[in-house]
Amino acid sequence: MGKNRKKNGWSTAGPILLVLAGLAVLITLLLRDTNVALFNSKGLIADEQQSLMLLTVGIMLILGIPAVCLIYFTAWRYRESNTRPARNPNAGHGKLLNASMWLVPGAIALVLAMILWPATHHLAPQKQIAAEAKPLTIQVVALRWKWLFIYPEQKIATVNYVQVPVGTPVTFELTADEAPMSSFWIPNLGGMLYAMTGHVNRLNLLATVPGDYPGSSAEINGAGFAGMKFTASATSKETFDQWVRDVSLTAKTMDGTEYDKLLKPSENNPSELYSLLENDLYDKVVMKYMGSHEAHTDGAHH
Amino acid sequence: MKELILGKLSMHALPHEWFTIAGSVSFLLLALTIVVVLTWTKRWKWLWKEWLTSVDPKKIGIMYFIAGGFMLLRGGLDAIMLWLQQALSAGEAHGYLTADHFQQIFTAHGNIMVFFVAMALIFGLINYFVPLQIGARDLASPFLNTLGFWLYIGGVIMVNMFFFLGGEYAATGWLAIAPLSELQFSPGMGVDYWIWSLQIAGIGTTLGAINFIMTILKMRAPGMSLWRMPPFTWGSLCSMIMVVTVFPLLTATLFLLFFDRYFGTHFFTTMGGGDPMMYTNLIWMWGHPEVYILVLPAFGVFSEVVATFSRKRLASYTSNVLGMIGVATFSLSVWLHHFFTMGASADVNAFFGVMTMVIAIPTSVLVFSWIATMYKGRIQFKTPMLWFLGFIGIFAVGGMAGVVLAVPPADFQLHNSLFLVAHFHSNVIGGVLFGIFAALSYWFPKITGVRLNERIGRYAFVAWVVGFCLSFIPMYILGFMGATRRLDHYDSATGWQPLYVLMFIGGLVIAIGVALQIIQIIASFMQRRRLRDTTGDPWDGRSLEWATASPPQAYNFTTIPQVEQRDAFWHMKQQGLPKPAYENIIVPKNTGAGIYISAFAFLASFGFVWEITWLIVASIIGVLAVFVVRTFNDDVEYKLTAEQVRKLEAERKQKDEAEQQRKAPALGIDNSEDMGLRDFTKAAATFGLDVIRNKRWRTWQKQN
Repeated sequence: MGKNRKKNGWSTAGPILLVLAGLAVLITLLLRDTNVALFNSKGLIADEQQSLMLLTVGIMLILGIPAVCLIYFTAWRYRESNTRPARNPNAGHGKLLNASMWLVPGAIALVLAMILWPATHHLAPQKQIAAEAKPLTIQVVALRWKWLFIYPEQKIATVNYVQVPVGTPVTFELTADEAPMSSFWIPNLGGMLYAMTGHVNRLNLLATVPGDYPGSSAEINGAGFAGMKFTASATSKETFDQWVRDVSLTAKTMDGTEYDKLLKPSENNPSELYSLLENDLYDKVVMKYMGSHEAHTDGAHH
Repeated sequence: MKELILGKLSMHALPHEWFTIAGSVSFLLLALTIVVVLTWTKRWKWLWKEWLTSVDPKKIGIMYFIAGGFMLLRGGLDAIMLWLQQALSAGEAHGYLTADHFQQIFTAHGNIMVFFVAMALIFGLINYFVPLQIGARDLASPFLNTLGFWLYIGGVIMVNMFFFLGGEYAATGWLAIAPLSELQFSPGMGVDYWIWSLQIAGIGTTLGAINFIMTILKMRAPGMSLWRMPPFTWGSLCSMIMVVTVFPLLTATLFLLFFDRYFGTHFFTTMGGGDPMMYTNLIWMWGHPEVYILVLPAFGVFSEVVATFSRKRLASYTSNVLGMIGVATFSLSVWLHHFFTMGASADVNAFFGVMTMVIAIPTSVLVFSWIATMYKGRIQFKTPMLWFLGFIGIFAVGGMAGVVLAVPPADFQLHNSLFLVAHFHSNVIGGVLFGIFAALSYWFPKITGVRLNERIGRYAFVAWVVGFCLSFIPMYILGFMGATRRLDHYDSATGWQPLYVLMFIGGLVIAIGVALQIIQIIASFMQRRRLRDTTGDPWDGRSLEWATASPPQAYNFTTIPQVEQRDAFWHMKQQGLPKPAYENIIVPKNTGAGIYISAFAFLASFGFVWEITWLIVASIIGVLAVFVVRTFNDDVEYKLTAEQVRKLEAERKQKDEAEQQRKAPALGIDNSEDMGLRDFTKAAATFGLDVIRNKRWRTWQKQN
C-alpha cells in the first residue's frame, strides 16, 4: 500500500514537473532574437519602470519562493505514509506563529509601499522629464482606428508613425476624436496612458537608443483594434530635423477635408505624412467635446 | 403596425451566419433530446414537482451545478476558439474569425465564466452546504432562493439568446467599458443582450445573498456561535455581505447605461456632458470585489479540505477568519488599480497601490494558516487535497504577479497586456475553479452518496495543471513581449506565434482534463457498489454536514445537533453520537412562483432588447401580479409529524439495505480498486451492448 501511494505521488507530480522543465527550455529557445519589449528598454522611463518591476518581483520572491517551498515541503514531509516525523494534532496554534503570520507579509507590504509611493510620484506620466535638450511636444489624437500625431511647433502631422529625437524629452498630449477610450503604448520606451475624447492626458517619454519601436492601442476600442498600430522611430537630432524639413516641404497639406477623411473609421492604415497650415486643429478636437465646460487636464482639475 | 407588435425584430434577426446557425441548431438539438427523453420516460411531472419547483436548497444547489457545469463547457469552447484564432492569425494569415466575431467571443467568454459558471457553482456550493454546516433545516426564505436561482437561469438564456435572434453579442470586453458600449460605437443589440443578461442574473444574485446572510445570522443550530462556524460558512458570509454591498452598484450602472442607449441620456457618452470615466469607476467598484466574492468561499473550501485531509483542526482559526474578513473589507478600496493608466494624479494612484499591497497581507495569512494546518498532520493526498496543492502554486504565482501590477509605474507597462490576463486567470482558475473542483470532489459523496473515482480524478488533475502551465506561462511571457490582450491578429515579425500555439495546445490539454472529469463521474457511478458512502462521513470529517446521511434528507437533520465547540461533528464523534430522536418538522412547500416571476422578467428584458413596448408593459405587470399573489399566500409550509419522520427514516434505511443486497449489473466491473481508463472503456462498451441487446430502455420509464 505504501509503495503504491509513493508511485501515485510521482505519477501526479512527475508529469507536471516534466512539463514545467520542458516549457522553461522551450521558451528560452523561442525567446532568442525576439523583442522582449519590457526587458529591452530603449528609453529613460522604460529603464526605470523595468528596474522597478524587477525590484518588486525580487522582493515578492523573497517571500514567495520560501513560502511555496515550505508549502510543498510540509505537504510532502507530513504525508501519511511517512512514518518518521512526529505528529501533533494540536500543532500550529502558537501566539508567536499567529503574530508572524501577520507581521511577515505586513513587513513586506510596508517595504513595497515605501518603494511604491515615491516611485509613483517620480514616474508619474504627467511629470515633465528634466534634461538638457529642449522638450518636444507631440499632440496625439486617437481616431478609429489610427493614431494622428501633430507636431505643433514643427507644423507637421503624421498618421501611424511618429519620429522623436534621441535624448529629447517628449510630451505626448493624448486625446481622442469620435473614438472610444484607447490606450497609447510604446513598450520599449515606457508605459501606457489612455486617450479619451474631451480630455488631455500627458505622457512624458524619452528615447535613449535610436531604433524603430512598435506602438499600439492597448485598450479594446472596436473592430479595427488589432490593426491600430504605429511605429515610433527614435533618431538623432540631426536626422529628426532633416525629416521635419522634408515632411514640411514635400508632404500633402492637412486641412479640414483631410481631417474629415481621417475621422471616418478605417482599419490597418498605412503611415501618412502631412504638413500643417493651421495650428489649432488639436484644440478644436479637444474643445469639440467641451460644450460650455472647460477642458479637463490631467491631475490639475479646475 | 409591425413595429408596434415586433419592435425591432425582423426576418433579418434570424440566424444566418455559420456560428449563429451552429449555435442555435446545437441548442435546439439539446432541447429536443431533453424533451424526447422526458416524454419517453414519462418524467415531466416528476421534473416539475421534484426539481423545478423545489425550494430545497440542496436541489437548487444541484441545479446550479448542472447549469454552471454546462456553461463551463460553453465558455470553455469559447476559450478554445479564441486560442485557435490567435494561434493561426499571424502576418499574412488572418485566422478563421472576423475581428468583430472574435471580440464577441471574448466578451461572451468573460461574462459566461464569471457570471454563469463561477457564480453559479459558488452559489450551488453555498446553497447545498451552508445550511448543513450551520445545522439548519432550511433557509430563512426558501422562496427568495428559488427566485434567485430562476433569475440566474433567465440570465443564462438571455446570454445565449443572440444565437437565435439578432446574431450578435456585445463586442466590448466583459465589462462593456463606455463609451465603446454606447450606441455611437455599438449600435447593435449585442450590448443590450449583455445588459439584460447581467441585470436579471445580478438581481437574482443580490436576492440570494440577502437570504444567505439572514440564514447564517439567524438560523444556526443551538450553540453555534459565529466563532464556531466552519471556515466555508465564514467565507460564504463574507462573500454574501460583499454581494449585498456591491451588486446594487452593478445594477445601477447597468441601468444608467441602459438609459443612455434606450432613452438617449448622456451619463457615459462622449458628447452632451457625459463622462465615460465615471462608468469605468462604477463598474470596477463592483468588478473588483466581484472576484473576491468568488474566491472567499473557495478559500473556505480549502481550509476545510486541508484540515480534513491533514487530520487536524484548522490551525490559527481566528487569524484565518480575520484574514477572510480583511480580504473582504479591503477589497472595497482597491478598484482604481484597474485603471492607473486613465490619468489620475500620482497621489490617487499611489493610494490605491498601497491599499492593494495591504490586501496581500490577509491573503498571505490564509496561506500561512494552511501551512500551519498541514504541519505535524497526517496528510492524505485524496483528490480534493491535490486540487488544493495545485491551487496553492498557481495562486502564489498569480498573487505575486498581482502585487507587481499594483505598483503603478510597473502597471503602466503591464496593464492591458497578456501578463494581466495571465495574472487573473491564475487567480480565478487556480483560486476559484480549483476551489470549486476541490469542493465538488470533497462533497461529492455527500451530494450523491457515492465517492468519486480517485484514479481518474488524479489524471484529470494532472491534465488541468499541465494544460494550465502550457497555456498561461507563455501568456505571462507574451505580456513581457508587449502583446496586448484581445488581439485577433498580429505581425509575424513579433515572434509571438509559437507562444500562441503553445497556449492553444494547453487549451486542448485542459479540454482533456474536462473530459476526464466527466469520465470520472460516470466511472464513479459504475462502481457505486464500491464507492457508496453508507456512513454519511466518508472522510472522517469535522463539520456538521457529515453528521447526516449522504445524500441528506429533505429536512437535513432528523435531530438538530447541539454544538459545543468548533469542528462540531468531530467533537460529537469524540463524545459519542447522540441517539436519533424524532420531532415535528416544518417543511416549506414547493412553489412555481420563482419560475413565473423569472419568466416574466426574462420577457420584459427581451422586450427592452428589441424595443417591444407592449411586451415590456405586460411582463412587468406579470412580475408584479405573481409577486403580489405569492405574498398573500400563507399556505407555504407543511408539518411532518415525529411519527412520519420516523417512518421516512425507516423506509430510507430499508431502501439503503435493499440497494446493498441488489445484485450488480453484470458489466464485468472489478470492484477491488478504483477503475482506470481501460477498465472504464471496457465497462462502458459492455454497458452499451447490454442496453442494445436486452432493450434495457424499456425499464427506464418512470414507474408510479
